[in-house]
Amino acid sequence: MTKLLHGLSSVKGFVMLLWTNKMGRFGLIIFAVFAVIAIFAPFLHTVDPSATGSCENMLVPPCAQFWFGTDDLARDIWSQVIYGSRISLLVGFVAAGLTILVGTLVGIIAGFYGGKIEEVLMRIVDFFMMLPQLPLMIILAAVLGPSIWNIIFVVSVVSWPTTARVVRSQVLSIRERAFIEASRCIGASDSLLMFGEIFPNVVPIIFAQSVLIVTEAIYAEAVLAFLGLGDPTTVSWGMMLHFAFESGVMSRTPNWIVPPVASIVVLIIGFTFLGTAVSDVLKPGYRETRGL
Amino acid sequence: MALLEVRNLKIYYFTREGVVKAVDGISFSVSEDETLGLIGESGCGKTTAVFSILRFVVPPGRIVGGEIIFEGRDIIPLSDEEMRLLRGEGIAMVFQGAQNALNPVMTVGKQISEVILEHESITKEEAWERAKSQLELVGIGSERVNSYPHEFSGGMKQRVMVAIATACNPRLLIMDEPVTGLDVIVQRQLLALTNSLREKMRLPIIFITHDLSVIAETCDNVAVMYAGKIVEKGDTVSLYKDPLHPYSKGLIGSYPSVRGEKKELKSIPGAPPRLINPPVGCRFYPRCPYAMDICEIEEPELKNVGDNRLVACHLIK
Repeated sequence: MTKLLHGLSSVKGFVMLLWTNKMGRFGLIIFAVFAVIAIFAPFLHTVDPSATGSCENMLVPPCAQFWFGTDDLARDIWSQVIYGSRISLLVGFVAAGLTILVGTLVGIIAGFYGGKIEEVLMRIVDFFMMLPQLPLMIILAAVLGPSIWNIIFVVSVVSWPTTARVVRSQVLSIRERAFIEASRCIGASDSLLMFGEIFPNVVPIIFAQSVLIVTEAIYAEAVLAFLGLGDPTTVSWGMMLHFAFESGVMSRTPNWIVPPVASIVVLIIGFTFLGTAVSDVLKPGYRETRGL
Repeated sequence: MALLEVRNLKIYYFTREGVVKAVDGISFSVSEDETLGLIGESGCGKTTAVFSILRFVVPPGRIVGGEIIFEGRDIIPLSDEEMRLLRGEGIAMVFQGAQNALNPVMTVGKQISEVILEHESITKEEAWERAKSQLELVGIGSERVNSYPHEFSGGMKQRVMVAIATACNPRLLIMDEPVTGLDVIVQRQLLALTNSLREKMRLPIIFITHDLSVIAETCDNVAVMYAGKIVEKGDTVSLYKDPLHPYSKGLIGSYPSVRGEKKELKSIPGAPPRLINPPVGCRFYPRCPYAMDICEIEEPELKNVGDNRLVACHLIK
């Protein structure tokens, strides 16, 4: 069990550490299930999710051929739900990646240099934080046009300032630690100090942050798509809800609504659990109290 | 010619309450094969003085005068980048409090090789090998190269610090209270390591401490600092046997001797002066048992009294 002490140094160790936490275990399972679904989508009794069918297959209730029935264009709902997980995970991870990249960079530079550089960067952060998120997302999505990459961009734009602030505050305390001064004393350059010395120390907090951004991104994609700002040619859970709403038969076709809603809810809950678990296990003393 | 020569160095802190003269015109030199001890109470400017050798003076502090000549060139006007390269390759420092001076989330091997990579254009593998041999050098097996700082004891961490500091073969090593906070056995080991480094690498060392026995163990020469000034300098043996300055006398008298006669330990009454408004004359005057009238008015100069001894006191003619 002493191996777990190095939980932070390897992915495997970290997953094992998360497994010791109830919420973490739950989140990991949910994430694993959706990841498997997204990867093996073509093999899960699916057809082309955007292929329309003939008139007699419109709005059929669940049956052996169409597990979740079909929509008003005779598209297979089961296939749409399965393929929709790809979009949600893609949006979630790419948006989180971009957010973390920009937020961390800005946070570390602002925290490390301080002074004028910090002032300028943090005022920019404040500006973006002050913007109301949902209206901004709607406007940007409307202006940039319906595309999955625009949604990723929009989500990143509204969430990087939070990461930048969190990272900066962490850097402010780390840069005062003796080991930074010690490295400086033996000739470490600024870039080494920032990315070699400080960065490894903020990784845990970035990690906890990024898991939560994944949920925000998934949610934002669903919202924008539902409001009609998504890309109609991609199959996503939000788009399914949008089409269901538009069709006017939503109240009589629970088989059309429940699967995407349930997927969104379960996936978001899974990631929220994961995020809580990450910050829990990274708290000092967690491993000690469990004798790990 | 001396390896390092500090001339009339002045470092003032410009605070809201006034100017703190932390280091006020000190001069000393270190030659190629010398170990110099710098001794004095807390707050007398020892650390400030040696930090300035690495040009590490943080605002509101400023080097307001003097020269620091290392290998024939003054380092005060050097650019930041030149200075960065000099740190580690030219002058390296072992920090006090090794407990905090290592990055907790990185293996020691990474921390050592990282420094080497900053200064030399070699491959990561070569740097890693060097890191291993550095660990061997300080008496920690190279198999510990993948360990994290929390897996080491206090003394071992301090050894790792030495390994990092000497990784780029510096020409001068500064050790700032390297043994403070360690128990005597570990202290002993570390001092033995220091001595062996001196012999193996022929490395000149500046040793800062307030522990007289540490100086006696390691240093050829010693400088006694009081309130931002050097009050006495000389070789360790004669200075310990026969301290001339009343402050040195007090310092040495307040320390128990293992082999000598048992006598009552003396303390120096009072506390060091506030450096914002130091006494006009001799800074030790208010606490000096031999104080004379002249001491209050005129500051004594550091005079050579022969035998390589320098002392700043009106008592010494």
